[in-house]
Amino acid sequence: MIWLIILGMFAVTYIPRLIPFLLGQKLQLPGWVQRWLKYFPYAALGALIFPGILSIDPDRPWIGLSGGVFAALFSLIIGNVTAVVAASIVFMIILERIIH
Amino acid sequence: MKKAVDLQKGFRAGLPIALGYLPIAVTFGILAKQVGLSALEATGMSLWVFAGASQFLALKLLESGVTAGEIILSTLFINFRHLLMSASLSQQLKTARGSAFVLSFGITDETFVVACLEKKLTGLHFFAIILLAYLAWTAGSLGGNLFAALIPVSLVSGMTIALYAMFIGLLIPSVKKNWKPGIIAALSALIAWTLTRAVPRLSPGWIIVIATLIASAAGILLPQAEKDST
Repeated sequence: MIWLIILGMFAVTYIPRLIPFLLGQKLQLPGWVQRWLKYFPYAALGALIFPGILSIDPDRPWIGLSGGVFAALFSLIIGNVTAVVAASIVFMIILERIIH
Repeated sequence: MKKAVDLQKGFRAGLPIALGYLPIAVTFGILAKQVGLSALEATGMSLWVFAGASQFLALKLLESGVTAGEIILSTLFINFRHLLMSASLSQQLKTARGSAFVLSFGITDETFVVACLEKKLTGLHFFAIILLAYLAWTAGSLGGNLFAALIPVSLVSGMTIALYAMFIGLLIPSVKKNWKPGIIAALSALIAWTLTRAVPRLSPGWIIVIATLIASAAGILLPQAEKDST
């Protein structure tokens, strides 16, 4: 039963990933659509960060917010994304320790 | 040698994703065990589905005993946004037909945004990004399931910041170079937040789709750069 569910989940996640990609290989979208898509990743980033980051600790949204501010400041100084991720994890672990 | 460089660039870009996926995958493995999935089943789901939000939802639904059809249908709805990401990526990444079948499987929120912000994306480059992310996702699921009892939850929960930190780390350098991506991202976050408040029943997946579509459409209205540096 569980494998049937996995198979079904595979189908409904793979098809929406595959079909537009395959069709788009040959298709050149009109200029205005391309301009729309150009900002797509940045818009996605905005919606992925906020308000989700507040729910890291749903009872204390300021914890996620502080982590985000720290990540932003760190990124301004040191651009490397992996370093930002590693430093933010350390920051959050220290923050959790201080509170508890 | 071009190939080696592409691979290397891809691995470097994929590293933060892997770092972010690992704790989430471990959490998935632990929860899967609690719901009663074996190591093989939990890892199998990660291997075949490779989509975080829907896998967590599937666990929740399995626990509450809903039908297989409902689980599959909600998976479709949650991951519908990949349709848009896939379309967007297809304009930037042109590959052979055979590679398209493999590469498109690796499209997630994270691999998509990382890939989009890379300069001169090639198939091999994207392959390296998704391979690293995929390995972290599947290995983490297996590890979490096998060693559920040994893993301190506090450590894993401290790592939930990882993917957000990555998104922020991707956004900030672009904003430093050009203000327009910053405006669009802020607008998108504002729309997402408003929707979360106004329509609490809407799932985060759909909120991301709606906010992204509206905010990036607003980008059309922004003045076009002289030679377009965004």
